[in-house]
Amino acid sequence: MTPLMSIYALEVINLKKAFGGLSVTQDVSLMIRPGERRLIIGPNGAGKTTLFNQISGDMRPNSGQIKLFGSDVTHFAPYKRAHFGLSRTYQVITLFSGDTLEHNVTLGLLGLQPSRWQMWRPLSFYGDLATEARRILDTVGLLHLAEHLVSNIAYGEKRRVELAMALAQKPRVLLLDEPLAGLSNTERSQVKSLIASIPRETTVIMIEHDMDTALDLAETVTLLNYGRVIVDGPRDGVIADERTREVYLGA
Amino acid sequence: MKWIAAALLAALLVLLPFFAGDFYINLASQILIAAIFALSLNLLVGYGGMTSLGHASYLGVAAYISALLTSRYGWGHGPAAVISISGTTAMAAFFGVIALRATGLGFLMITLALSQVLWGLAYRMSNVTNGDNGIAGLTRPMPFGISLDSAASFYWFALVVTLVGFLMMTIFASSAFGSSLKGVRDQPRRMAALGFNPWMIRWITFIYAGFWGGTSGLLYVYYNKYIHPTSLSTTSSAEALLGVIAGGSGTLSGPVVGAALVLLLKNYASAYIERWNMLLGLVFLFIVLVMPTGIVPGLRKLATGLCRGSR
Repeated sequence: MTPLMSIYALEVINLKKAFGGLSVTQDVSLMIRPGERRLIIGPNGAGKTTLFNQISGDMRPNSGQIKLFGSDVTHFAPYKRAHFGLSRTYQVITLFSGDTLEHNVTLGLLGLQPSRWQMWRPLSFYGDLATEARRILDTVGLLHLAEHLVSNIAYGEKRRVELAMALAQKPRVLLLDEPLAGLSNTERSQVKSLIASIPRETTVIMIEHDMDTALDLAETVTLLNYGRVIVDGPRDGVIADERTREVYLGA
Repeated sequence: MKWIAAALLAALLVLLPFFAGDFYINLASQILIAAIFALSLNLLVGYGGMTSLGHASYLGVAAYISALLTSRYGWGHGPAAVISISGTTAMAAFFGVIALRATGLGFLMITLALSQVLWGLAYRMSNVTNGDNGIAGLTRPMPFGISLDSAASFYWFALVVTLVGFLMMTIFASSAFGSSLKGVRDQPRRMAALGFNPWMIRWITFIYAGFWGGTSGLLYVYYNKYIHPTSLSTTSSAEALLGVIAGGSGTLSGPVVGAALVLLLKNYASAYIERWNMLLGLVFLFIVLVMPTGIVPGLRKLATGLCRGSR
C-alpha cells in the first residue's frame, strides 16, 4: 500500500451547508474506515439526510470536502460518484413503480455497465443481466415477485427492493437512509438480517431511528444535533455518553 | 394471432398501390411521412418526458437544406440528402444544449422559441428562402436510377424508409438505452444515483429525434416538391404533438395512429367544412375525455375489459 493511499473509505472534512440563514450542516467531519458499520443518529431536523444528500452529490455543500477512498469527489456529479463505488437508498421510496421488480434491479446493474449506452439491441437479449437481477432478488427474498410491478407489491417489499437495487451495484460505500422506516416487526427482522449479511467489502453508513435494531448492526455511532457532530466513536462509548442521553435518548 | 395480424397489415401496406387509386396512394404516403415525424417526436415526449413544441424545426430545416442545395446550387440528391440530414442532426445537438438547460415547461418554451426563430428566418430571409413564396419546382431523387415520380413508386420508397425508421425506433425504445431514458423520465434522481448521466441520456435522445425528424423532412420535401415557411410553424409542431398525445405517447403504434388521424381529418374534413380546425379540436376533446392516455392504450384497455367480461 502506498503511503498516499487513504485508509478511509469515506472522509467528510469540515462540511458546511446552509439554506439561507438556516445552517443544516455545521462543520461536520467524519472518518469512516473500509468495512465499517456506522450508524448516524439524531433528532428530526438534525441534518442527517442533508448530510447524505451532500455525500451522494444531490446537494452541493457551501464549503468543505468529501473524499471517497482518498479521492476528492466534492465537485463530482452524483452519477460519477456511483462509478466510484458509492450507492444509496432513499428514506422516501424512490422506485420505478410502473416496471417489474426484475427491471428495477436490472437498472441497478445497468447503471455501472457500458452496455447502458447500447441502442441497437433490445435489453431482453441480455440474459445474464436478468439472471443476475433474479439472483439478487432471491437474496432479499423477493424472487417470487420478480415479474410483478412495483406498484402492486406491499410497502415492506418495496423497502427490500430499494435495498436490492443498491446491493446490485456491489457498492464499496453504501448509504442507507432509514431502511427500517414504516416496517412491521417481522419485516424489521428480515431487513435487519439482510443488512447484517452485507459483505465486509462494503462500508455501510446508516441513518436509523429504530435504536433496538440499528444498534445491533452498528460498530460506531455518530450523533448529530442541529447540524453538528455531538458525539462520535465506538457504539458503547457513544451510548454511555452523557450528551447522547441529553440529546437523543431523552433519559 | 398477433403475427397473422401483423402479416396481413404488412401485405396490405405493400400491395396498397395495386388496388387503390392515386388519391389514396398519395394520402397513404403523406400518412407515412407524418408517422415518422410523430414517431421521432414520441422519442422525446413519450419515452423521454420532454414535451417539445418545436419539433417542426427538424422537418423544416432538413427540407429547406435539401431544397436549396438541389435547386439553387444544383447539387445531386445524394450529397444534398447527406448534408441535409447531418446538418439537421448537428442543429439538434446544438438546440439540445440550449433546451436541456431546462425541463418541463421551461424546456417546452425554449423549443418553441427556437422554432419560432427558424420560422421567422424562413419568412424574412427571402433572398435565400424565397420567403412567403416558398421554393417550388423541386424534383424527387432517383435512387438506383428508379424514378419516384409516380404515386406508387414514391409510396413504396416512403414505406421502406418508414419501416426502417419504425423498426429502429422500436428497438431503441426496448434497448438498454431506451430503458435508461424511461428511467430518467420517471426518477431522474434515482437514475443519477445508480450511475446514469441524465443530461447525456436526454441530449443523445434529442439528437436522435432530430435525426428522424430530419428524415421525415426529406420525405416531406420529396413528396411535395415544394417547401413553404408554414412547415416550420408552431402549428405544424403542435399538430404532430396532438397526434402523438391522441394516439398514445410512449407507445409504439400510438403516434402512427395519431398522425394518421390528424392527416385524415385534415384531408377529408377540410373538403366539407371550412373550419376543419374546429372539428379537429372537438375530436381531440372527445379523445382526451374518453381515453385520456390516448387511442392505442384506450383501445387496449377496452379490449382486455371485453375479454374479461366474456369469460
